[in-house]
Amino acid sequence: MAHDATGRFGLTPRDWRNLRRGLLFISPWIVGVLAFTLFPLVYSIIISLTRYTGFSKPKWYGVHNYTRMFTDPIVGTSALNTMWYAVFAVPIGILIALALALAMNRRVREVSVYRTILYMPSLIPQFAFSFIFIVLLNPGYGVINKFLGLFGVPAQDFLSSGAGIKGVIIGMAQFAAGNAALIFLAGLNNVPETLYDAAKIDGAGAVARFFRITMPLLTPVLLFNAINAVNQALQIFTPGYIVPSTPGGPNNGSLFYMLNLYENAFSYAQLGYASALAVVLFVVGIAMAYLIFRLSRRWVHYGVEV
Amino acid sequence: MATADEFVETPLAKRSSGTGRNHGWGARIFLIIACLFFLVPVYWMLVTSLKTPAELAQNTVSWLPHTFDWSNFSQAVRAFPFGRFFVNSVAITVLVTLGTMVSNLIIAYGFSCIEWPGRDVMFYIVIATMFLPSAITIIPLFDLFGWLHWINSWLPLVVPAFFGSGFSTFLLRQFLLQLPKDILDSARADGANEWRVLWTIVAPMSKPALATVGIFAALAAWNDFLGPLIYLQDQRLQTLAIGLQYLRQTQPGLITVNLLMAASVMTIVPVIILFFGFQRFFVRGITMGSLR
Repeated sequence: MAHDATGRFGLTPRDWRNLRRGLLFISPWIVGVLAFTLFPLVYSIIISLTRYTGFSKPKWYGVHNYTRMFTDPIVGTSALNTMWYAVFAVPIGILIALALALAMNRRVREVSVYRTILYMPSLIPQFAFSFIFIVLLNPGYGVINKFLGLFGVPAQDFLSSGAGIKGVIIGMAQFAAGNAALIFLAGLNNVPETLYDAAKIDGAGAVARFFRITMPLLTPVLLFNAINAVNQALQIFTPGYIVPSTPGGPNNGSLFYMLNLYENAFSYAQLGYASALAVVLFVVGIAMAYLIFRLSRRWVHYGVEV
Repeated sequence: MATADEFVETPLAKRSSGTGRNHGWGARIFLIIACLFFLVPVYWMLVTSLKTPAELAQNTVSWLPHTFDWSNFSQAVRAFPFGRFFVNSVAITVLVTLGTMVSNLIIAYGFSCIEWPGRDVMFYIVIATMFLPSAITIIPLFDLFGWLHWINSWLPLVVPAFFGSGFSTFLLRQFLLQLPKDILDSARADGANEWRVLWTIVAPMSKPALATVGIFAALAAWNDFLGPLIYLQDQRLQTLAIGLQYLRQTQPGLITVNLLMAASVMTIVPVIILFFGFQRFFVRGITMGSLR
């Protein structure tokens, strides 16, 4: 059967039949990828070169939206807000997730209890978690000020300063560490036990085993978590919308890049400008992913097939 | 390669102890402290939802309500159209989950159980779409749905789910690739066409993977904030995500945090129940993407 005479393009009739069937089965995806991925990509680029309110026809505007971005102080502020968020939230989040995973990987019998509890906050939608944090942060009945008071920090309204609110949102994000921790844990489980046994026989101590075996073998998972975290950090939106009493406040302290994009699109009806913001974010996202991949060649270890 | 059984029963951190000596106490103490921190937000939401306005007005920190005020829940339900928003959220979540499971199973079948030239190259595009940020699609899709006169309806939130998604297709395809080929082939030899093989043989065998995909779709739909915010203007169509924000913004003087927390409890509890019911599928889904 597999060897019937080859037809057009070197494909057998059976190949052609399977091709038709395969394409038929994936046809919903083909429609979806054209409508919800390819079209938005092309359309964003075109619209970003126009002046467009959403109500009238787009007018050609050249690269004006892009040049405007670089002189718009709000864009600078929002980009810095997102950058500060990413610079702190990503590494701290990875360290916490890694520490939790390493601890769960010890032979603790009741690990499933910890796993459940540590994952629970990841289930809570960001908007609801933001509400909870508003309550936790209340200088009166909130518990966070009480806790910090134990270390001599005076009670204060963290939501009243730009730096304070960013700190709050970075701290809030850490409660989602359970997700990355589970991914690390799965990676740790793939490290073959025999490697540790061999290392012990060779007299390697716990520290040496960690840096020579565990970490190198965990680097592919670390890469995955890092790319994921950076991608999510660049798109931070909801906490900046909800945690402050007015979205983006106070003094634009929580006006993240995505929030500024959203406001330009849906509050100021500047869809062309917002599209340019989106295209730049897209390019930055790809550049970051590429950079992480590129740098990863130096530290990611694709060895040992398990 | 994992078998279908291992797919469900993930041996995460279940390595039995090799040395016999229990040297996990440092790890245990660290985990207990971490868990206490991680429990605080959920716990604080629960206790605040039961406190009286008078107690909150005293501005003191109390770990248990002085009196348990269960009427907060009935008051919260009356303070905003909770029932309607809840029903809307359930309806959208059910439709999205159904669409995701059905469409991605069909698509994944095409990417795994039928061998056709160019299939694996095409699959790279599926993976690439997983990395497309939503930022770039928001404005074009708003226009697209506007041209279709879908704005201010559930269609923009629900219809895309019926056309596959990168993550779900990927996850299901990985699972379907592990199914024994000879069962499918013998069904084909008996004269079953591909559609029939999919629904009578592959679908029943894929329940664990379908559950994983369905749960993640349900969670994303229930927790979606930006989608309803952009596409729904009519209050009668809104979901709980936006409803809570209404509750906070529209009556800042009248609505006290205990009602906001009571409404939050009623929003989050269905998710937590879902989690406890389907925990093993969650764990599998989270670790699936990273390791293959």
